[in-house]
Amino acid sequence: MNETVLAMTLAAAVAAGTPLALAAIGELITERAGILNLGVEGMMLLGAVTTFLVSLATGSPWIGMAAGALAGAGLSAAHAFLTITLRANQIVSGLALVIFGTGLSTFLGRPVEGMPLPRESRLPRMNIQLLQDLPLLGRVLFQQDVVVYGTWVIAALTAFYLFRTRPGLSLRAVGESPATADVMGLRVNTIRYVHTLVGGLLGGGAGAYLMLARVPAWSQAATTNGIGFIAIALVVFASWRPWRALLGALIFGLALRANFALQAAGVTFIPAEFLAMTPYLLTILVLIALSFSDLRRRAGAPEALGVPYAREER
Amino acid sequence: MPTTADDHPAGTTNGPGRDPVVEAHGIYKTFPGVVANADVDLRLERGEVHALLGENGAGKSTLASVLTGLYQPDAGEIRLDGRPVVLRSPREALAHGIGMVHQHFKLVKRFTVAENVALGDRTQPILMSAPDVHRSVVELSERYGLPVRPDAVVGDLTVGEQQRVEIVKTLYRGVDVLLLDEPTSVLTPQETEALFDTVRAMAADGKAVVFISHKLHEVLSIADTITVMRDGGIAGNVDAADTSVRELAQLMVGREVMMEAPGGDGQAGEVVLELDDVSVDERSRRGRLDQLSMTVRAGEVVGIAGVSGNGQRPLAEVAAGLIEPDRGRVRVNGRDVTGRPRAARKAGLSYVPEDRIGTGLASSLSVAENLQLTRAHRPLLDRGRWSTDARRLMEEFDIRAPGPSTTTSSLSGGNIQKVLLARELAADPDVIVAASPTRGLDVGAIEFVRQLLAQRREQGCGVLLISEDLDEIRALSDRILVLYEGRIVHECAAEDSDVTELGLAMAGAGS
Repeated sequence: MNETVLAMTLAAAVAAGTPLALAAIGELITERAGILNLGVEGMMLLGAVTTFLVSLATGSPWIGMAAGALAGAGLSAAHAFLTITLRANQIVSGLALVIFGTGLSTFLGRPVEGMPLPRESRLPRMNIQLLQDLPLLGRVLFQQDVVVYGTWVIAALTAFYLFRTRPGLSLRAVGESPATADVMGLRVNTIRYVHTLVGGLLGGGAGAYLMLARVPAWSQAATTNGIGFIAIALVVFASWRPWRALLGALIFGLALRANFALQAAGVTFIPAEFLAMTPYLLTILVLIALSFSDLRRRAGAPEALGVPYAREER
Repeated sequence: MPTTADDHPAGTTNGPGRDPVVEAHGIYKTFPGVVANADVDLRLERGEVHALLGENGAGKSTLASVLTGLYQPDAGEIRLDGRPVVLRSPREALAHGIGMVHQHFKLVKRFTVAENVALGDRTQPILMSAPDVHRSVVELSERYGLPVRPDAVVGDLTVGEQQRVEIVKTLYRGVDVLLLDEPTSVLTPQETEALFDTVRAMAADGKAVVFISHKLHEVLSIADTITVMRDGGIAGNVDAADTSVRELAQLMVGREVMMEAPGGDGQAGEVVLELDDVSVDERSRRGRLDQLSMTVRAGEVVGIAGVSGNGQRPLAEVAAGLIEPDRGRVRVNGRDVTGRPRAARKAGLSYVPEDRIGTGLASSLSVAENLQLTRAHRPLLDRGRWSTDARRLMEEFDIRAPGPSTTTSSLSGGNIQKVLLARELAADPDVIVAASPTRGLDVGAIEFVRQLLAQRREQGCGVLLISEDLDEIRALSDRILVLYEGRIVHECAAEDSDVTELGLAMAGAGS
């Protein structure tokens, strides 16, 4: 494989990993509050179609992106209400979100199915001066669009927030032991709501990014491609740590792109389909493992993940 | 209206005065089907240790939860320094200087001590200052005799240490009123003494300390004032200086009680239960046993003392044949039953597990069905006979239930335990393995259970009694073994047992 192909593959992997990283960091923040939101796929789809429609109408990808993120947050608000206020089962509510998000986005996107976004509504590239001239790394990392860089900043901010700030400590306490947090005077439900909404913003944002930078046209089937589920698995791989989620997203991104690279390089001893399948296979395995509470705890999951909190229960 | 932390006179510790800092008037609190508090009054003064005494279910914890904002009372009023307040949450209670150490600790196990202490402290800047918190923790722990390391991870600490973290945590928040819910239930006698020193230091500092307990002796030795609760109401309020164990017990139960089970001088006979060199690995996640050997003879009660988590659970389960040890054998009446619960039963063993609702009984089945669970059955069930059997056992074991077809889970804790005992004892066992058979029961039921066990011993049954209640062990046993980290570290005859010596052994400091 020559250097150009390698650079192109890696650059594509970085870009392909970005929506995954965004969604995973969002889910990570939500799960740190003890709320499992399996509806990432639904939030991404709704975010994507909203972004498409709004960008088309306004001609601005940025307004489109903001609308997409808000749409994701709107769906997560439903999840928050059901699981925090009404204490519904989080898995059931999350899956309902996937079904609802898929259905609603199909309905909203029907008039524009298959229609491409005009060039000016797409995200521009932003090359970083000096750094872009680095050998290999320059092409891989520093000739991307602004959302890619933004995702790195978000990962850094999230890590800092979680482990270095007072609200971050409160957030982790709510996810580990809401009863303790409550007794210590923290507003458990408020903290859970806020971080579920932030997770929704990032999930919707991930869908928006897919729409604006990754796929050529709106299509319900081809836009997210199950990335929302991979993101949930990724949170587990990352042991609920933002930097690891970013790194994991890049590795998954590589796996998602590897089949193209291998075809280009003429490698045939590993079937391309097998590589394309790997991220999904891993996702299924991780989600199965996640259903064993023992394994979940050892992986570093917040103790109270998935458990509703009620003060007066006895 | 509710005052904030700022205008609360937090620093005004005017020593042991006669001004009530907290008054509760006419508190009512009901839960579906239960009146937990009915017309409860309480008056706490600065600088006093005020004991809240009562059986389990008397309403002590509910009252404490109302005082700390965890529960909202259905009726009644709370006054702080004479001003009525509404405590809508633990957060508001804390802001008013009321804190609590719960029986089940409210700690984040994955956090360090300092992180747990700083949690929810809004005076901290957004970017927390770890050195500040560390310094405060060290300062408080020295001042009140609560040794803790600020950077230790709470999950790695012993139960006693975790309790100290809990106390430091509330002191850090500057509380004037501190409620301790059953604080000694997890401590060795020595740790209890250390806790009492801390409690006295806090009272001397002008704080009001509420000591919630059902242990009469403890309450008498630590409290200035004692409020006794019964059935959700106040049964009496006495000065610790002029009361006695007898009077307190009577107030708690509402009648005379005989707490000591009749101990006979029964001669121990044949070995009925033998554990031979048994080891269980920690990996089983149920605790560890380390080359443990012991026997129980016919007609004797062998008491296993120890702090919770030192191997009690694997010991009970191995003895009952429920788990197969990594090495060693278990014999009942000389027959090898290692890892075979049915064989153990057939050989004459009955098992009263600690977890009576999860393991002991199928709580959604009826009383009659539960009583039949361990019997062998023909393919067709004879429900008529079940019912007769059940009625007979209900009478014999004083099980108070509407009828044999009542769902077991709807019974009170004491009656649930009686159903379990009725089933196990009706099998006419030669050896009984009983794990914490009286935990969580009211005094009346405790008395009944203890007498049942003592009576079986008289009839020549061997009893392996595993309990964290040292008083119970001493009252019932002929021989006492102390379990520490999966090994027997101390053995003595009950009559010449010494609390200090047992306590040291329980803490691992024995021979």
